[in-house]
Amino acid sequence: MVTRGFFSGRRPPTDTDARIPPGQYLEQGFPVLSAGPTPRVRTEDWSFTLKHGPKPIKKWNWAEFNALPQSKMTRDIHCVTAWTKFNTPWQGVMIDDILADAGIEPPTAYTLALSFDGYSTNVPTKDLVTGKAMVALLYEGKPITSDHGGPARLLVPHLYFWKSAKWVNGLQFTGRDEPGFWELRGYHMYGDPWREQRYSSDR
Amino acid sequence: MSAEPRPQSPWQTATITRIEKRTPRVTSFWFQPSRPFVHEAGQHVDVRLTAPDGYQARRSYSIASAPEAGAGIELAIERLDDGEVSPFFHDVAAVGDEIELRGPLGGHFIWQVDDGGPILLVGGGSGVVPLMAMVRHRTLSNTAVPVALVFSARVWDEVIFRDELIGLDDRRDGFDLVLTLTREPARRPSDYSRRIDARMMMQAIERLPKPPRLAYVCGSNTFVSAAAEALIEADMPASLIRTERYGV
Repeated sequence: MVTRGFFSGRRPPTDTDARIPPGQYLEQGFPVLSAGPTPRVRTEDWSFTLKHGPKPIKKWNWAEFNALPQSKMTRDIHCVTAWTKFNTPWQGVMIDDILADAGIEPPTAYTLALSFDGYSTNVPTKDLVTGKAMVALLYEGKPITSDHGGPARLLVPHLYFWKSAKWVNGLQFTGRDEPGFWELRGYHMYGDPWREQRYSSDR
Repeated sequence: MSAEPRPQSPWQTATITRIEKRTPRVTSFWFQPSRPFVHEAGQHVDVRLTAPDGYQARRSYSIASAPEAGAGIELAIERLDDGEVSPFFHDVAAVGDEIELRGPLGGHFIWQVDDGGPILLVGGGSGVVPLMAMVRHRTLSNTAVPVALVFSARVWDEVIFRDELIGLDDRRDGFDLVLTLTREPARRPSDYSRRIDARMMMQAIERLPKPPRLAYVCGSNTFVSAAAEALIEADMPASLIRTERYGV
């Protein structure tokens, strides 16, 4: 349906059009969204735990985690609230390198990312491995600020950005696809921006 | 051969039935959805505009009306000068126009009277909109659940829903309104003239008969960060604070 009198809009230049998923607009800033207050996690209190169900596999403190091999990823990110931001530069530890340090292959097909504030989000394990995702420690070469999820946040840039859990403190492998915080509140279980999987009723 | 049932689009058309200017920058639009629409106080809708060439722009807007209000849903839309969708509503949209919307959406920043209280609401600017739905829901439910609303605006004339809120406050039926103006002196004895801080939050909590069961904070990102920190400093547990932020 064409909206009467809506012509202009903020059309992206045609050379970048193909990088903007349906229903998204290009944002220059970096908006902040979260369900509650911003937790201030001190790096001396920080830890990251890999779990299979309730059972811990391996736990790292801040120094141990920072000693893991670090990689850089510069990616376009897409928030479900409809903004897209180009070329966001991150540095951190690839999930592949976390698994390698723990000496395991992914034990199940599904994963829940867990956070210090009790937030969780589900991501299929295959979307975290083979170079697709990291636990980011730096943004634009600097420590990630707490409002953007620092000291460490998950980065799964090919899915809507709520899947890139802020203040991440662990990954839990689960036997079935268990909904996380927003997924229990009407958001999509997978969240592919190119298929516009925003809400649970989207296919 | 059996045809697969065609899935119903989550989008529906809604007709604008009324437009009313609330403040110099905020105007309310009432929409009559074409399909049954049942929401909870605090939820939002997505609105989608489509240009003749197929280009679409979508934004989320909180619902200001109570679920039991009937007569369509009210969205109070603030004009953003560099915006793409809000200037369309302020400059172009007219009664009778059909707009595509989707919803209700959101399952976290919601409150119903059956959830109980006391409840502390903290809003900055147009962040009051989803909180207004909660206040109206409380009123229309004829409940005694204690609710306090701390509403920060720059000036008196930018206090959205001002007359309605003061009218509800005057009833003294368990709803308490605290206005704080950041760029003008306070007009009512119980109001403030400064930015939200921990002392103000502490005093707001003391107005309630017992500590709030939940606090809902909505506004710009800077406002929400400051208000949430002030609440935590006023001994409100972080786990009881729900936030909704907009803007950069």
